[in-house]
Amino acid sequence: MATVTEAPPPLAPPAPETKPPRRRGRWTPYLLLLPGLLWLVVFFALPVIYQASTSVQTGSLEEGYKVTWHFATYWDALSEYWPQFVRSVLYAASATVLCLLLGYPLAYLIAFRAGRWRNLIMILVIAPFFTSFLIRTLAWKTILADGGPVVGALDALHVLDVTAFLGWTADDRVLATPLAVVCGLTYNFLPFMILPLYTSLERIDPRLHEAAGDLYAKPSTTFRKVTFPLSMPGVVSGTLLTFIPASGDYINSDLLGSTDTRMVGNVIQSQFLRILDYPTAAALSFILMAAILAVVTVYIRKSGTEDLV
Amino acid sequence: MAFVNWFKRNVVVIAGLLTLAYLLLPNVVVTVFSFNRPKGRFNYEWQRFSTDAWRDPCGVSGLCESLGLSLQIAFWATLGATLLGTMIAFALVRYRFRARGAVNSLIFLPMAMPEVVMAASLLTLFLNMGAELGFWTILIAHIMFCLSFVVVAVKARVMSMDPRLEQAAQDLYAGPAQTFLRVTLPIAAPGIAAGALLAFALSFDDFIITNFNAGSTVTFPMFVWGSAQRGTPVQINVIGTAMFVIAVLLVLVSMAVGNRRKRQKA
Repeated sequence: MATVTEAPPPLAPPAPETKPPRRRGRWTPYLLLLPGLLWLVVFFALPVIYQASTSVQTGSLEEGYKVTWHFATYWDALSEYWPQFVRSVLYAASATVLCLLLGYPLAYLIAFRAGRWRNLIMILVIAPFFTSFLIRTLAWKTILADGGPVVGALDALHVLDVTAFLGWTADDRVLATPLAVVCGLTYNFLPFMILPLYTSLERIDPRLHEAAGDLYAKPSTTFRKVTFPLSMPGVVSGTLLTFIPASGDYINSDLLGSTDTRMVGNVIQSQFLRILDYPTAAALSFILMAAILAVVTVYIRKSGTEDLV
Repeated sequence: MAFVNWFKRNVVVIAGLLTLAYLLLPNVVVTVFSFNRPKGRFNYEWQRFSTDAWRDPCGVSGLCESLGLSLQIAFWATLGATLLGTMIAFALVRYRFRARGAVNSLIFLPMAMPEVVMAASLLTLFLNMGAELGFWTILIAHIMFCLSFVVVAVKARVMSMDPRLEQAAQDLYAGPAQTFLRVTLPIAAPGIAAGALLAFALSFDDFIITNFNAGSTVTFPMFVWGSAQRGTPVQINVIGTAMFVIAVLLVLVSMAVGNRRKRQKA
């Protein structure tokens, strides 16, 4: 309640701008920031530094680890697990492109064409979050089951022949193939694409579309020259929000894939929790982090939208 | 020809609805299979209709305990993250301070990092400190990764606020505390609520970070994960379906109440 008594008397003549009220506020931002930032420093920044140090330690679980600047761990980790790294990037990139292709029409529909259905569709996009994503990912096991209707239809349409030729599927099945993992990743991160796309599409003044039409632009030209460029902030944050979590994911590969679809997340998880080789696990996760940060930085610079937070 | 024109005009709508179907298909499957009576331990193949699981949702040992634990953790994580995040958001929008760039990146980075990296590094810290893994380590981790999302949600709302409203309150003899409680907070409330809702959903559904830092404590997602290896009880689908329906109903009811209030005001 001290703040109330410290307040300037309401009827006082306007005090010189910089004196009493400002002085009181000088420490306020730091007090407001302190608890939250302390939490992030201790439980986010510090762990990352700890992990960096773990990655250059040697030793064993029984005798303990010591920092020996053993950078060879990085080299060993990369040379042994580079296929999983490549796979992570490929799967995450495919899922991101698919999310953009699938998510854009739905975001457009909600923003411009849904009318009074807008809120309902919005709810339907978000509500699946409340059914645990693990349960929903398990449901894909049923949907893509061998000999099920989906696989049967794809087989009858000879789609499976094409995907098998490309190496996405094998032996007339979809489960336990890269296609199933990418399908699961796309499904799981689609809302993270749709929501930012919708936010930036919704800000566009619909009269801009009319204006483009009045100036003899075809609908496709309007989209190319007006709508899409204006939705770029949404495209950028949507692709980041899809690509980043997808590249570190190990759930979809574990539940829908096989040992041939293991991603880097699977390796980190098993090194950390089953094999208990902490330096290798730390090195792998540090490489993943550095790669992601590099991608994010370049991507944000190129697209020119610095204002993501 | 008429059909072709109709199709051309509505191609976006059709594509959008197909995506919506893709998004909802798993929920349909989850719901249908909550009425299944599977033969073996796994509930992936349709056998025959039964309401057994719905009549006995807690019939599997450990399931409802894990659900209770997840709700409890989500509640406290939401409270903690909303409180800390709202304070940061106000500081960012309303005040000048040093090292703003560093603060912004510290808030942005947790969102730009794959969960598995945060999970692994946090576990490294806990192991080094000799902390006992369980309820508290899960809660600490959840507050940490929910925090940034709350900041973003609240910041957006506070930024769009007209500062003249607060000046007006002070002109009308409201002290700083009164201005904050009677003017600032009510206007920021929707942003805070959105942030809290997001934090709750993120915490309740989190698996990766929890899996690393839970020790032998079992939350609901961890129960589902374990059952995916050992055998999936139908009750999992019952709870998934119930959560979906409850979420949709809650939103619809709150929207109806909001609409009525608006109409009364008008």
